[in-house]
Formats: sequence, C-alpha cells, structure tokens
Amino acid sequence: MTSMVPAVSVSAFQKRNGFTLDIIFESDCPLTALFGPSGSGKTSTLNMIAGVHRPDKGRVVIAGHVLTDTQAGIFVPRHRRRVGLVFQDAQLFPHFTVGQNIKFGQWFRRGEGSTLPEDAIIAVLGIGHLLKRRPATLSGGEKHRVAIARALLSSPRILLMDEPLTGLDDARRMEIMTLIERVRDEFKVPIVFVTHNTDEVRRLASRVIKIADGRVVAAGTPAEVLSP
Amino acid sequence: MFGFSPDEWTAILLSLRVATVGTLVGLPIALFLAYVLARWRFPGKVILDGILHLPLVLPPVVTGYFLLLTFGRQGPIGKEIYDLFGITFSFRWTGAALACGVMGFPLMLRAIRLSFETIDRRLETAASTLGANAWWTFTLVTLPLALPGILVGAILCFAKALGEFGATITFVSNIPGETQTIPSAIYTYTQVPGGDYQALRLAGVSIFIAMVALIVSEVLNRRIQQRIAIFE
Repeated sequence: MTSMVPAVSVSAFQKRNGFTLDIIFESDCPLTALFGPSGSGKTSTLNMIAGVHRPDKGRVVIAGHVLTDTQAGIFVPRHRRRVGLVFQDAQLFPHFTVGQNIKFGQWFRRGEGSTLPEDAIIAVLGIGHLLKRRPATLSGGEKHRVAIARALLSSPRILLMDEPLTGLDDARRMEIMTLIERVRDEFKVPIVFVTHNTDEVRRLASRVIKIADGRVVAAGTPAEVLSP
Repeated sequence: MFGFSPDEWTAILLSLRVATVGTLVGLPIALFLAYVLARWRFPGKVILDGILHLPLVLPPVVTGYFLLLTFGRQGPIGKEIYDLFGITFSFRWTGAALACGVMGFPLMLRAIRLSFETIDRRLETAASTLGANAWWTFTLVTLPLALPGILVGAILCFAKALGEFGATITFVSNIPGETQTIPSAIYTYTQVPGGDYQALRLAGVSIFIAMVALIVSEVLNRRIQQRIAIFE
C-alpha cells in the first residue's frame, strides 16, 4: 500500500508581488534536491511544504498524510505537520543550551511514537561534547550539526533543508555533507534539500527538481538534469 | 525612621504602592497589546497605536480630566467597575494607581513592542515546526527572548508612575494618606512657608528610588541574559 504513495507530492500555485510560483513535483527518493538560482522559488516551495506559507491553490502530501489541500480546505498547522526544518543559518534558540535545543522538538513529540534514537543521532552528528554549551559559543559547523540533530529528534516525517551548507568553508561543507549522507542512509527520513550548488546535487541527491522563475523546468537524476 | 515624619513616610509608601500596582496591572495588558502591534496586521492599527501613545504627548492634566470623566464614580466605565467589583477610583489610591499606570503605560508598551519586533521570526518558525503551538512558542521562545525589554519597559513605567503628578492631582486630588504621592507632597511642601527642607528631602527620596529601580533592572537584565533555563 504505502509503496504506492510517493514520499513527497507537492503542487503549489501562488501569486505574490508580481512573482508567480507554480510548482508540481513528486519524489520517492531518499534525498530530493530543489535546484535553481536564488530567487527562483526554491525556498518558497520549501516553506509551502513546512506550512510557513499557504499556497493560493495546491496540495502537499507527505508520506501519505495530506498536509495542505486548498480544494478540500485542509491546511495542517505547522506544529502538527511533523516536518523537520533546517535553516540556512541554523536558528538555534539562543537562550537554551545545545541539549535543551535538541530536546525541544523531542519534548513536543513525546508519546507520538516512532521516535528516532536520540543516542544514535547525537553520536552520528558528533555533538555529545557540546550539550552543555550555549549556541553563541559554537562554530558555524557545530551550529549546523546541532540544527540537524534538533530537527531529527522531533521525529519528522520529512527533513527539509534550506541551503544548509551555504556560509561554511570547504572543510566544514565536506564534513556536513558526509553527515547528511549518513542521516539519509541511517535514519531513513526522506530529505528535501534546497541548493544552488551542483556539487551538492551530484553528491547527495538521487532526484533533482530544477526550478527557474517559479516553475519546474526539469526533473530527473542528477546526471539527466545537470548534463548540458 | 531615618528622620522622616509620619506624613512623609505615608507619602513615600503610598507612592511605591501606587507605582507598583499601576505597573503590575498594566503589564499583562501591555504584553498583549505590544504583541498585537508587533505581530498582527489589521485595519486601524495606526489609530490604535496613536491612542495608546496619547498619554505620552497629551498634557497630563488632560489625561487626568478624561480619567475623571470616564473612571469617576459617575463616569461610564467607573460606574460599571463599581457595580461589578465594588472598586472606586475617584479620590482613592486606586485612582492614583490608575492615573500613574496610564501615564507610564506607553513607555512600557513601546519597550515591549520593540523587543518583540527585534526577535527573529524564524526562531518562532523553528519552534512551531518542532511541534510547539502558538502558545508554547510564545512562552518558550518569544517571551524569554523579549524578557530584557519587558523588564526595561516595566521599570520605565514604574519610574514614570513614581513621578506622575499632573494626571494624578487632576483625577484624585492631593489627599494626605489616600492620594498624596511623593510629587504631590513635594508640591504641597513648596506651597507652605518653611517647607523647603521637607520638599528637598522628598526630592532626594525620589532620586534614590529611581536610581535603585534602574540599578535593579540592570542587574536583573544581566542575570536573565546569562541564564534562562526553562526546561531541561
């Protein structure tokens, strides 16, 4: 049954300030990249999935759960969507320690079952020694690792990452990319990953949705979409 | 005690009570309205904003006079409140607290609103995607991050309430032991021959209380910045 339902199915139409977003895609891959130049509508699409924005018309289905359906009048509020959102600049809570940050989502999802193993997440992301620290004392790479752990511990049905590698130096990027690969393979949470970087797409994605000017212009494997 | 006469003590304690009650009753209202002004969009927002800030720019006498008209025993609101709760404002210390609270309110509102506006909204988005509903997001993220600003606002309101004179004397007059706050008492002493010394002493008390309030707010602010741990 479940194999019939794609992990991610999105159709979203929105007209705002002269920009028209009209996106339709489906994906059943471990990691789907939304690829395109800045201003093309990648992040808006991610926000539609997360429920940050409500499309004028559209339907968002994650792992068989209808989160948005404008025709049926369905719009599940953000806090009940179970989507893990990883921001470009981490957005850790500055007034909590790292440990409190990553437990934030776990605390709200307690009793909902199907939680991901906390110890494994902390071990894979290598943040065990940071738990007592404050976000302000972390380096950029550490903040990203904590942000990913925080999202994972909230037991999301899908992990949404908004250019999580931008602003990091090459060594950190390599490190975080390896971690994303491990998260993708070990925790079995489908990932939708926004990027404008072809290296990241080639290395991480099994399916690429190329977006330009608010529309899907190509979809397929990295080799198909990125070949000239 | 400390060489103050019983009358002076009465005025000092009354001032503290009036300013504290005026600030504490106004605080939840200021929190709510600051949040509304910082986050919601609705028609007439500019007008609401203007009305709430009026006490800051109106002559205090005008504010006091309006309070007398609306919250007086025969005023539309004052009458209702008396019928419902049995609270009278006119010529009572409660009226002084109301007048002081109203005069300090815009300062508190402004400080709290600014601190709400400086919070990165994406932190709230993060909280909500992690499962926190609007109320939890406000309690665990917005409120703690705004706490320094809320504290500064409350202290400003308290200090303003301590010094309030025009609206208070217009609304509830200058009755020793009931509505005579420090400023009213200073005013009275300056009107009688030989009252200079007492006026000066009370002025000193005003300065002292204001300084203590500012220092306390600074210390609390630092402590809050250092550690806000709500859940482990």
